[in-house]
Amino acid sequence: MTATNDTATRTVWERLLTIDRRIVFVFVGIALVVPFFLGVSQKMPVSREVRMMADAMERVPDGALVLISTDYDPPTTPELQPMSVVCMKYALKRKWRVVICGLYPMGAVQGNIAWDIAVRDEQFRDRRPVYGTDYVNLGFQSGNEAVIQKMGSDIHSTFTRDYRGTPIGEIPIMRGVTNLGNLDFMVNVSSGYPGTREWVQFGVDRFGLKMVAGNTAVQTTEMTPYVGKQLLGMAGGMRGAAELEQALGFPGKAGKYMVCQSVAHVIVIAFIVIGNIAYFATGRRRRGD
Amino acid sequence: MRLPLMRREIPTFIALVVGIICIIQFFIPHWPFGRMVDTFADWFTIMQAVAIWLGALNLLKISFQKVTRKKGHDRWYGAVVILSFMLMAITGLLLSGGRRFQMPGTRFDWLYINMFAPLASTMFALLVFFVASASYRAFRARSWEAGLLLVAAFLVMLGRAPVGDSMTGFMPPGYQLSDVASWIMNYPQLAGQRAIMIGIALGVASASLRLILGLERSYLGGQ
Amino acid sequence: MWMDHPGWVVFGTWVAALLTLGIISFLYRDNPVYKFCEALFVGLSAGYWFVSYFWQTLLPRQWDPLADAFGVLFSGRAVPWGEFVLLIPATLGIMMLLRLIPGAGWLSRWPLAFVVGFTAGLRLITFLQSNAIAQLHNSVQPVLAYDGSGGFLLWNSFNLLLVTVGTFAGLFYFFFSKEHKGAFGRVARLGTWFLMVTFGAAFGYTVMGRMSLLIGRIDFLLVNWLHVAQ
Repeated sequence: MTATNDTATRTVWERLLTIDRRIVFVFVGIALVVPFFLGVSQKMPVSREVRMMADAMERVPDGALVLISTDYDPPTTPELQPMSVVCMKYALKRKWRVVICGLYPMGAVQGNIAWDIAVRDEQFRDRRPVYGTDYVNLGFQSGNEAVIQKMGSDIHSTFTRDYRGTPIGEIPIMRGVTNLGNLDFMVNVSSGYPGTREWVQFGVDRFGLKMVAGNTAVQTTEMTPYVGKQLLGMAGGMRGAAELEQALGFPGKAGKYMVCQSVAHVIVIAFIVIGNIAYFATGRRRRGD
Repeated sequence: MRLPLMRREIPTFIALVVGIICIIQFFIPHWPFGRMVDTFADWFTIMQAVAIWLGALNLLKISFQKVTRKKGHDRWYGAVVILSFMLMAITGLLLSGGRRFQMPGTRFDWLYINMFAPLASTMFALLVFFVASASYRAFRARSWEAGLLLVAAFLVMLGRAPVGDSMTGFMPPGYQLSDVASWIMNYPQLAGQRAIMIGIALGVASASLRLILGLERSYLGGQ
Repeated sequence: MWMDHPGWVVFGTWVAALLTLGIISFLYRDNPVYKFCEALFVGLSAGYWFVSYFWQTLLPRQWDPLADAFGVLFSGRAVPWGEFVLLIPATLGIMMLLRLIPGAGWLSRWPLAFVVGFTAGLRLITFLQSNAIAQLHNSVQPVLAYDGSGGFLLWNSFNLLLVTVGTFAGLFYFFFSKEHKGAFGRVARLGTWFLMVTFGAAFGYTVMGRMSLLIGRIDFLLVNWLHVAQ
């Protein structure tokens, strides 16, 4: 009886170790789809870095000239677009004059999309921000960190035309803005290279920009050493986006997505635990314990 | 002129001069060094754009070779690459309002929103399945160090999703899983990350110096 | 502009959804639909970059100023001689494109050397300044914390000490020129523990990031395409 049970158990563990990876895929898929139909939302405490980011943004005066650099492309939009949107909504609330640009070719497009979403918010129904006076999108410029280096001395010869093809010199908001030193504050939303690291190295450490950043989850751990003296605050990944929405008072998509995130994390942890139990259970037998 | 001079010495000299000027302008940002580096930045910007063009044209060249030389299905995929490239390029260059090519509503924007963006996003989204599957198969607490890694990963994963706080809701604020995850991020993780960052910085600095001084010339390839 | 028409928007959503499903089909196994979508993605990406760099860099930064300068040259007005410097990157750019031509490919080494020299020159200092010196400065801080009234804060002091010890122990581990033995080896081993926690946190965040990407696609399929969820 014992021998039969033993054989059966061994088979189960060994089978578990060699299951088709598509079974894992199905579980991950279900974990992410089901929460969309549950219609629940979860509140969460705001972390120190996001609180710092919100506080730093609060300290920027109304009507300030703020650069929002959207350095990401479509794959990372679920994490980063909510950050851009919430920062732009906050900019509208504080009547900041906003300059958008991108170091990724698709970055400026994403910045444009985020701005359109922000403007459509009910709270700003009566506001009609005027392009060229209240905000401008400088578009994309190639050169990675060379772009920031050049912006440090002359923005007009770096971005000669805006997103719409208009010469920068003809845009009212850009009159009197010579270089990065003329900006009051900066928000960088980035997914990699070129992004937050380069803005810190050149914009902050070289040209003295005051900056906060929103990063993908993958990048977050690499950026933590900058938080404090070099970065005035940081939001990392979808959780960071959700916290930022909460901290700045504009609930949005990231908060909604966090339920899916919860279930998905539990599923991944469960798989790792099962994998380890199966590994050690079969390993002990292999060693003859 | 001797070929080695043209092929090795002149490029090494260019890297040396440009590199040294870039270094000097950090210490003397005034004329002429600051101005020179601004000019170099302009050139670099143009060069990067040309490099992207080079990559795209090379992709076309390889795809043409695939279509003309290969047999079987591969040639058709080569044709798809060429046609989709032409579709995007012609639409963007000729059919989308010139410099306003990215404005909402242009044909180029339609291709971006409805074809490029979903393809790119889904391609990267697939990774999650493989991360989950690989974690299941290979993430084992085989040693004390691996166990440490596993525990840190669990705590961060649980703590950075609301489920962590739901699980430890009975604990007083400051002792819940999100607080534990924050503590890991702000102290032990920060220490390790800082060590890595300093290590990488020293590595980059020494590699840069070798490149500028011409001690490292592998980027020039063979003869 | 005509692509804003509702019909095109709906058609676009269907195209996007079908392409999304085409890529997802790879999860079952490699198949012709996936390969088609993959080839489409490669071609569209290259096309996107090609167009984008033309309109946003090559035209305004290279062609426009040079064309203006040449235009002035034949108009009799004061010639902006400075703009002709752009002939240098134009030449370097052409040399770079020669890489496509067998036999002339070696000429691309000159622009490559310029790119390498420029990048190395900038990075040498910025990495030392922002990632080495600034981080060392942040690590060499008082580790004893006191509150406003002078009371000793044990937990805060422990955390500060942890960061300082962890950073230096981690750096010890990266010293490969000395064998990790004795006291040195023990400190290096302590460093690996901190590095493991760092990698663990990075793994956790990576899982979180990857999940987010898929959540975005599912949101598109369920909300924008099928309208079955909010």
